[in-house]
Amino acid sequence: MLAFAVKRLGLAVLVALTVSLITFSMIYVSGDPAIAIAGEGARAQDIEAIRQFYGFDRPILVQFFDWLAGAMRGDFGRSYTLRQPVADVIFERLPVTMILGASAIAFALLLAIPLGVWAAVRPNSMIDRLALTIAVVGQAMPTFWFALTLVLWLGVNWRLLPITGSASWQNFVMPAVALGYYVTPAVMRLTRAGVLEVLSADYIRTARAKGLRPGTVLFKHALRNAIIPVVSLAAVQFGFMLGGSIVIETIFQINGLGYLAWESIQRKDLPTMQAIVLVLSVIYVLLTLAADLLNAFLDPRLRVT
Amino acid sequence: MAETSLPRADLPTLPEILAPSPAALLRRRIFRHWGLLVGGSILTAILAMALLAPLLAPFDPFDQQLDRKLIPPIWHSSIKATWAHPLGTDQLGRDYLSRLLYGAQISLLIGVSAMLISGVIGTTLGVLAGYFGGRVDMLVGFIVTTRLSMPVVLVALAVVALVGSSLTVVIWVLGLLIWDRFAVVMRSATQQVRAREFITAAEALGASTSRILFTEVAPNVVNHLIVVATLEMAHAILLEAALSFLGLGVQPPTPSWGLMISEAKGLMFFDPWLIAIPGIALFLLVLAINMLGDALRDVTAPENRN
Repeated sequence: MLAFAVKRLGLAVLVALTVSLITFSMIYVSGDPAIAIAGEGARAQDIEAIRQFYGFDRPILVQFFDWLAGAMRGDFGRSYTLRQPVADVIFERLPVTMILGASAIAFALLLAIPLGVWAAVRPNSMIDRLALTIAVVGQAMPTFWFALTLVLWLGVNWRLLPITGSASWQNFVMPAVALGYYVTPAVMRLTRAGVLEVLSADYIRTARAKGLRPGTVLFKHALRNAIIPVVSLAAVQFGFMLGGSIVIETIFQINGLGYLAWESIQRKDLPTMQAIVLVLSVIYVLLTLAADLLNAFLDPRLRVT
Repeated sequence: MAETSLPRADLPTLPEILAPSPAALLRRRIFRHWGLLVGGSILTAILAMALLAPLLAPFDPFDQQLDRKLIPPIWHSSIKATWAHPLGTDQLGRDYLSRLLYGAQISLLIGVSAMLISGVIGTTLGVLAGYFGGRVDMLVGFIVTTRLSMPVVLVALAVVALVGSSLTVVIWVLGLLIWDRFAVVMRSATQQVRAREFITAAEALGASTSRILFTEVAPNVVNHLIVVATLEMAHAILLEAALSFLGLGVQPPTPSWGLMISEAKGLMFFDPWLIAIPGIALFLLVLAINMLGDALRDVTAPENRN
C-alpha cells in the first residue's frame, strides 16, 4: 500500500507541475500577451509600456519560475483589474463554488444511486427503461438551456425560488440541480452496471441461500462492493463540476470562482485567469489522488501497478 | 456409390443452411432497433435542414427588418403571428426559422470538425499506447491524466478570449481539448485486439508494425471508434453552444443556436419561445447523435450491452 501511495503521489506532483507549465504558457497562445491586453490597434509605445509593467519583457523561463515559485507559496500576483492580490480574491470566492459543487454532487448521487440500484434489481422492467430514458434525455440537454428553463418556470412563472444571487440556501437549489443533473446519467449507469455484476456473484448466491433477507443481501452485501467505482467517479465528476460551474454561476450570478473566471476572461485579467485554472486543476488532481488511494485501500487488487 | 448417401460431417445441416446469415442478422438488429431508427431519422432531418438551408430558408438569416421585430411563432395566440414567419422573428426582426436552419450548419460543422481533430489525436495516442504498452503506455497515460485535470470550458474560454474568437478558433480549441475519451477507449480496444492470435500470426509472418496497425488492428477497433466519435461530436456541439452562450464562441451575427439563446436571454421572461426554439433544436440534435451512438454499439457489438 505504501509503495502504491508513494508512486501515485509522485504521479500527482508530476501532473500538477505539467499543468502549471501549460497554464503558464496559456497566455502566450496568442503570441504576445501585451498585445492581447492592449487590444487591437494599440500604439506601439503603449504595448511596450504594458510589456515592461507586467514583466513580459523578461526571459520566459524566468517568468515561469518566478510565477511557479509564487504560486507554491500561495502568491499568484496582483489582479490587473481588482487591485488586490489574486490569492485573496480566489480564496474569498472558492467556498461559494465548493458549496455549489457539493450540493450539485449530493443532488446527483441522491437521484442516481437509488435509480441505478432499482434499475439493476429489476432489469428490463419499466423502472429500468425509465431510468435509461432519464439518462439519455439528461445527457442531451444543454446545461445553460436547462438552467434558463428552470429560472423561467421555478423562478418566474411559479415564483418558488430566487433567480439570482448567493445569499441563502434557496439560491443554491436551482444552480445545484442544473449543475448536478448532467452527472446523474453517468453515476446511474455505473451504479446499475456495478449492482448487476455483483448480484450475479457467487457470494450473493451464498448469502441468499443462507436465507438472508433480500434487503440485507442488497444493501449490506451487494451495494458495498458495487459502490466502489461510483466513489471514484463522483470524485472525478466533482472536479469537472468545479470547472463547469462557470456557466451556471454566470447565469445565476453566483459570486463564486466560476463567475470570477468569467469576469477575468472578459477583462483579460491574466494572473487571475491563470490562478483559477491552476487552482481548479490542482483540486482535481488531489481529488483523483484521494479517490485512487481510497479505492486501493478498499480493494487490494488495485494496488498492483 | 453407397458411401455418398451416408451423412457427411463437413456438410452443413438443414437448420444451419436455413439459419440467417450474419449480414441478415445485422440487418435485423438494425431495423428492430428503435433507438437507431429514431436517432437516425432526427439526425437525417437536421442534416437535410443544414444542407438545404439555402433552399428551405424563407428569408436571409442576416436580414434585419426592424418593423417586424419579435413576431411570435405561429402556434402563439398573438394576432401578430403570421405564416410568413412560422417560427417568428427575433429582436432585430430576423426570421427565426431561417436562422435556425443556418444554425444547424454551424452546429454540425463544429461538431464534425472538432470530432475529426480530436479523433486523430486521441486515436493515435490510444492505439500507440494499447499496441506498444510499457513506457509508451505510461507516457500516454500521463498525457491523458494531465489533460483531464484541466477544466475544459475554462481553458477553452481563456484561449478563445486571448486568440480572438472565430469559427476556426472554436473548432481548433475544442478539437485540441476533447480527445481524452478517444485515447482511453482506443487504448483498451487495441489492448484487447493486441492479445489475439491473428496479431501473433501476422508478427510471425514478418509483417511490419505499420501493416499490423493498419490492416489487422484498425478494422477490429473501428466500431469502438465510431461510438466514441458520435459521443464526442455531441460533446463538441454542446461545448460550442456553451461558449457561444457565454459570448466567447461563434460571433454575431452568425446564426449559432447557442448564440441565439444568448441573444434572447434578456427577453426570455417576455418571449420564452426565443430560447425554447433553439434550445429544443440543440437538445434534439444531441439526443439524436447520442441515440445513434448507443444504437451503433448495440448493433455492432451486442455482447457489450449492459
